Amino acid sequence: MRWLADVHVRLRPGIADPEGQTIAGGLKALGFATVNEVRAGKLLRIAFDAADRDEAEAGVAEMCRRLLANPVMETADWELRVEADQVAGEVAR
Amino acid sequence: MSRGPRVAVVVFPGTWSERDFVDAAPAVGWEARLVWHTSAELGAVDAVVLPGGFAHGDHLRTGAIARFSPVMRAVEDFAAAGGPVLGSCNGFQILCEAGLLPGVLLRNDHLQFRCDWQALRVERTAGPWLDADELTAGDVISLPISHGEGRYHADPDVLDALDAGGQVVLRYADPDGRVVPDANPNGSARGIAGVLNPAGNVLGLMPHPERAADDEVGGTDGLRILRSLGRWLSAQPAVAERGL
Repeated sequence: MRWLADVHVRLRPGIADPEGQTIAGGLKALGFATVNEVRAGKLLRIAFDAADRDEAEAGVAEMCRRLLANPVMETADWELRVEADQVAGEVAR
Repeated sequence: MSRGPRVAVVVFPGTWSERDFVDAAPAVGWEARLVWHTSAELGAVDAVVLPGGFAHGDHLRTGAIARFSPVMRAVEDFAAAGGPVLGSCNGFQILCEAGLLPGVLLRNDHLQFRCDWQALRVERTAGPWLDADELTAGDVISLPISHGEGRYHADPDVLDALDAGGQVVLRYADPDGRVVPDANPNGSARGIAGVLNPAGNVLGLMPHPERAADDEVGGTDGLRILRSLGRWLSAQPAVAERGL
């Protein structure tokens, strides 16, 4: 089966995020006075194959552990779903 | 030793400072050789340098892709056997990603790329890169910095261990050697500019010693670091004979 994982890589809480602070400053300058904080991160959309959800979950976890996030400064979490085209195709069949 | 240190200068796609190390080599008696990152072997060398640059475009994180290049397994083995390894700038970032040094280098706190001469306080002389015949604790040296992601970060307990173990060897300082916030060019924790591994054979530093190798371009303090290697090797005949 083909899967899509949206992996969110975030700076760990407490680590200064100058990029997020700058974006927050921009929003405030535009008049969004209610903005308290912005934290910048990365979104990585990964298309991959796995036999079932357990294998897909384990696969993403391993990708995050080996490469996608550095635990010294980052955390990773993800949303996993079956690729939409494939779902549509299966329904059509 | 009769011949000079044989030094492998590793080149990744996007490395930009390898030629500066090669250019500085004659002044410190090195036989420098460039090694492409896909090589699984370093050859017969006395030391390894990971130069500055933007290996693999700095994509994902600085050093994150480079650390899995084939040559890095050889570098890790060489370091584990006690071989001298120097990582400058991007090389420091790669060493951190590879786990050869603790911590990580984050985006500069002001978000600017900073390219300037920087005063540094030598905290300690130790190992192959900071020889007591070249440098003294308390010395203030001047080296170029050139980076956008040099903000050293580690958990407080790791920083405490680094301090306690004497692993912090260079700090950003003002010209009088005071480690003060105004002298810190990137927001690094505790002003840290250079750290050693626990064994002392691996040095990572954000500044560029290879670019302070000629009076005509601003100074020669970098030579004191590069020249340390030969002095250290001369005092370590056993290591030299093992062909590390």
